[in-house]
Amino acid sequence: MSEVKFSKEHEWITLEGDVATIGITKHATEMLGDIVFAELPEKGSNVEKDGTAGVVESTKAASDVYTPVSGEVVDTNQSIVDDPAKINEDPEGGAWFFKLKIKDSSELDTLMNKEEYDKFAKETSS
Amino acid sequence: MEIKRTTLNKLHQSNKAKFVEFAGYEMPIQYSKGIIEEHKFTRTHSGIFDVSHMGQLFIYGDDSLTEELEKIFPLDLKNLKQNCSKYSFLMNEDAGIYDDLIITKIEEGYLIILNAACKDKDFEILSNLLGSKFKMNLDNNRSLIAIQGPKSVEILNSIINGVDRLNFMTGNWFDSDNQKLFVTRSGYTGEDGFEISISNDKAEKFVENLIEKGAQLIGLGARDTLRLEAGLCLYGHELNINKTPVEANLRWAISKSRLLNGGFIGSKKIMNQLQDGANQIRVGIKPEGRLIAREKTKIYNETDKQIGEITSGTFGPSVNGPIAMGYVDREFSKVDTKILLEVRGKKYPANICALPFYKKNYVKGVN
Repeated sequence: MSEVKFSKEHEWITLEGDVATIGITKHATEMLGDIVFAELPEKGSNVEKDGTAGVVESTKAASDVYTPVSGEVVDTNQSIVDDPAKINEDPEGGAWFFKLKIKDSSELDTLMNKEEYDKFAKETSS
Repeated sequence: MEIKRTTLNKLHQSNKAKFVEFAGYEMPIQYSKGIIEEHKFTRTHSGIFDVSHMGQLFIYGDDSLTEELEKIFPLDLKNLKQNCSKYSFLMNEDAGIYDDLIITKIEEGYLIILNAACKDKDFEILSNLLGSKFKMNLDNNRSLIAIQGPKSVEILNSIINGVDRLNFMTGNWFDSDNQKLFVTRSGYTGEDGFEISISNDKAEKFVENLIEKGAQLIGLGARDTLRLEAGLCLYGHELNINKTPVEANLRWAISKSRLLNGGFIGSKKIMNQLQDGANQIRVGIKPEGRLIAREKTKIYNETDKQIGEITSGTFGPSVNGPIAMGYVDREFSKVDTKILLEVRGKKYPANICALPFYKKNYVKGVN
């Protein structure tokens, strides 16, 4: 499995072959607060880099989830729809959002590594 | 305009509050445990709320003040006993609501608790209506602390002996730590609890004392989920200048005796609406599934006609599901009516339901 990469919209992504797994970062969940609703893209649909691919809602507000790369949705994590609190508990592990068969692996090159993202998150939240 | 801070601001900071601006004040929306934990803690233990941004208006006077206030509020104030509180509203001639409030008859006159965003305008309106005959004081030297939840009576009584003998919607002056506190058994969470009016210089120590006895600070986020579960209106959402108490389904708050002869501001409109029915009514709404429908969500009937709009919507931690309130055309206001909510361009099923979403446990008959 590839190195974890991060987007400015606070998604994480890992790549295995040509299938990417995408979720939202721990930092994002801390900013959102208690998550009580999640909506995922439909299996078989195509999503475009930086386009919306889901929604999360906390007790306070709704936020869009974006996809950091383009591709076809091949799997979604129903368990976070059934129990959205899982997203707060394990955002960068079991509470992944969706898997994509990616079109263009070079789209990952524009994303941040862990060190860069941590710095970005710290700067933007202060 | 410079942001205002309550006396307890430093205490909020040291308890790791996240702040938001609310009605011109920097207020805690939540602390480190988060809204759901804070909500549940209030329902099962005891939550402390800094509501010092709200207005504490003292109006001093005797029977002639009562007479003047009856021309303003739809209450039977002549028969209101001393130290008893009523929920009411300040209205215009069209019965549009300037503010909703709690009014308590005290020995010196009346104490009215006003919403933070409305208090200065309320003061101006009431000053104009009452003239200079009565002394009025919108008291900035006092903080207002609410303590809510089942353990609150035990905790507060260990600091202010005797508060356990107050019934719901009554209050009194108490002596504690060499000062006079005004305590009412009331609140806005659907739980048993108290509101304590205390001078600013004693407020921080008092709250620290409550924390030491096991209560915890709760932010505005949980205050909102708690009041919504309890089916209570929030000014600026369910209530505004274009809504009347009849439309807001608050006729229970209008004293029956005042409906016979009117004589208060807005009475004509209210009596007409009670006779003919209001066009739109405030209702409880439960979306099916987990979907959350926020404020301004459009409501449709089953044949796709828009019939209303949501005024508050969130996730109810004790209900463990989404809840909302809104206004719908009267013919669709019956419990169990099926409706559709438009969220992010799609329509989702929901039902009109009875309020409150969460049943309350108010204390009566202890005294």
